Formats: sequence, C-alpha cells, structure tokens
Amino acid sequence: MTSAPNISGVHPQSTSTTRAATGLLAYLLAGLYFGAVLVKSEAASWYRIQEMFRFEAFHMFGLIGSAVLTGMVTTMLLRRSGLKSRDGQTIQVTAKDKGWRRYVFGGLTFGVGWGLAGVCPGPIFVLLGAGVWPILIVLAFALLGTYLYGVLKDRLPH
Amino acid sequence: MTELLDFLRSPWPWYVGGPLIGLTVPLLLWLGNKSFGISSNLRHACAILLPERVRPGFFRYDWRRERWNLVFAGGLILGGFVAGALLADPEPARLSAAGAQSIRDLGVELRPGLVPAELTDLGSPGVWLLLALSGLLVGFGTRYGGGCTSGHAITGLSTLQAPSLIATVSFFVGGILSANFLLPLFMAVIR
Repeated sequence: MTSAPNISGVHPQSTSTTRAATGLLAYLLAGLYFGAVLVKSEAASWYRIQEMFRFEAFHMFGLIGSAVLTGMVTTMLLRRSGLKSRDGQTIQVTAKDKGWRRYVFGGLTFGVGWGLAGVCPGPIFVLLGAGVWPILIVLAFALLGTYLYGVLKDRLPH
Repeated sequence: MTELLDFLRSPWPWYVGGPLIGLTVPLLLWLGNKSFGISSNLRHACAILLPERVRPGFFRYDWRRERWNLVFAGGLILGGFVAGALLADPEPARLSAAGAQSIRDLGVELRPGLVPAELTDLGSPGVWLLLALSGLLVGFGTRYGGGCTSGHAITGLSTLQAPSLIATVSFFVGGILSANFLLPLFMAVIR
C-alpha cells in the first residue's frame, strides 16, 4: 500500500502518538486498580505480612492462593478462547529463564529483605501514594541494590 | 452516605481481594501481552538515572519499550493514594489473636495504617538501618532472582512456570527467617 497523501494537517505521526498515549493510560488505570486492591485486601499491610511469615492467620495465604488460582484459570481460558490482545496479537506468555541457582539465591535475598521491613516492590509504590514517606529510603536503597546486581551480575552464579 | 463511606473504607476479605489480584495477569496479557511484574521498574529507573559513561551493561537497553511498566507503577502510587490515603481504613488491621500478640512482643502497637509508626520513626537511626538494609536486599534479590511477588508468585505460578515455584519457595524461606529471627533482633535494638 502506498502511503496516503498527507492532507488537512493530520500527520500519521500524531495519530500514532495519540494511540500510544491512550495505550499508556490503560496501564495507568490497571496500576490504579492493582494498587487499590493491594490496600483494600491488606496485602500492602506490614501487620498482615508479619502475621503471614509467622503462620498466625490464613488471610495472606488465602489471598495469594486464590490470586494464583484465579490467574491460572482465567489465563488458561483467555488463551484457549483464541481472543487476541488489544493490539491484535496472539496471547502468549513469556517463559522465565531456565535454571535454579539465581531463583534460590536471589529469591532468598529478596525474601530476607521482604520479611525485614515487610515491603515488596508493589507496596513500595502503593505506600508512597498512601503518604508513608519513609518508604523513600527503601526505594532509594532498592535502586542501589538493583545497581549493585548490575555491577556484580557476571560474577554471580545463575 | 456515611454507610457507603464506611463500606469503601473497610478492608476486603481474602476471597474478594485474591481473585481481584489474580485478574491482573490476564488483564495485562490482553492489554498488550505484558507479563506482570513490578520489580523490573527498579531496573528501568536505574537505566534512566545512570549517566551513559558509568552504566553497566545490564542497564544498556531501550527502557522506552518498557514505558508501560513505569506508567503501571505510577498507577500503583495513585491507587495507594485513593485507597490508602483518601479511603484509609480507620481501624487497625483485624489480625488473629496470635498475630496481634506477636506484634506486641516486637514492641509495636497495633494502630490504624499500613505500616506501624515504630518502623517509620526516622528519629531512630535503627529505623534508617532497617529500611535501608531491607531496600538493598529487595533491590538486589529481585533482580538476581528475576522477579518479585508479582512477577513470580502471581504471574509465574499462574502460568505454571517451574522457575517461579523455586523463586516463590525461596522468597518464603527468606521471609520466614528474617521475620522470625532477624526482625526481633532489630526491634530489640531499636526499642
């Protein structure tokens, strides 16, 4: 197809920019949804995280268990339905890299950090929105930790 | 009206919140084949912030292609503001009796809010150390392990990925050790 003549001041560039912006807006709303759910379900609550790691209540286990089960069933239905993504692509799940070392060592490191202050990456952002400013320290050092991983990556077992 | 407000401020039981969390996985796949994960944003932020000359190879990629995730994180901040500030639960979390007792044993008072005042009191140098160390381990560990609770425990397990099972079990082993042994030590010093 030859490109349409560029008339009446509508640049193809600007329509694709508009599309990109509305596309991004959908992710903003998805984030708002997820953030609000993390607060209302108390998944972002330090108290609930402590209760979970001490096995003193079912709440967090029910929360994570039913989340995984729901995600599993709905993702399977979505893929089986043959429905395309919003931009017309076949739905596909990106596979995680094979191996176990990085998942054990990295997972343990993250877990110790998670249990210590009771925040994982999602709640870092949610708590900032809720006005818990000291979480900025966690965020700053999480960025430093990410940087350190980038520096040391090649020397670590993966 | 006040009844509606009370309802909006009340926390949800797990069987409401859990499925709503799980729906994020197909939602993001439908929105654009995105694998849901939040900790990648820490990498994007490093890629944006680090000057070209000092940027390790791990941060040399086109972060603009991952803008959606940064916008998603912006949405999380908004969600936290709406649900955690505007519609904050006026009651403390309704913990189990054992949970409440453990919190008291740590020297923390059960009050309304998402994080106790004892852990956000920046007048105490111990609190700075606790928050900094936790952040450092979270940042390093999530990148080393290739994901966090959202990327592995929710998305990875939902899509039946073995590496995510290994990662999730490791998260819990680490978390159980630190919440039960490391945190009480820290709190004893902070108090």
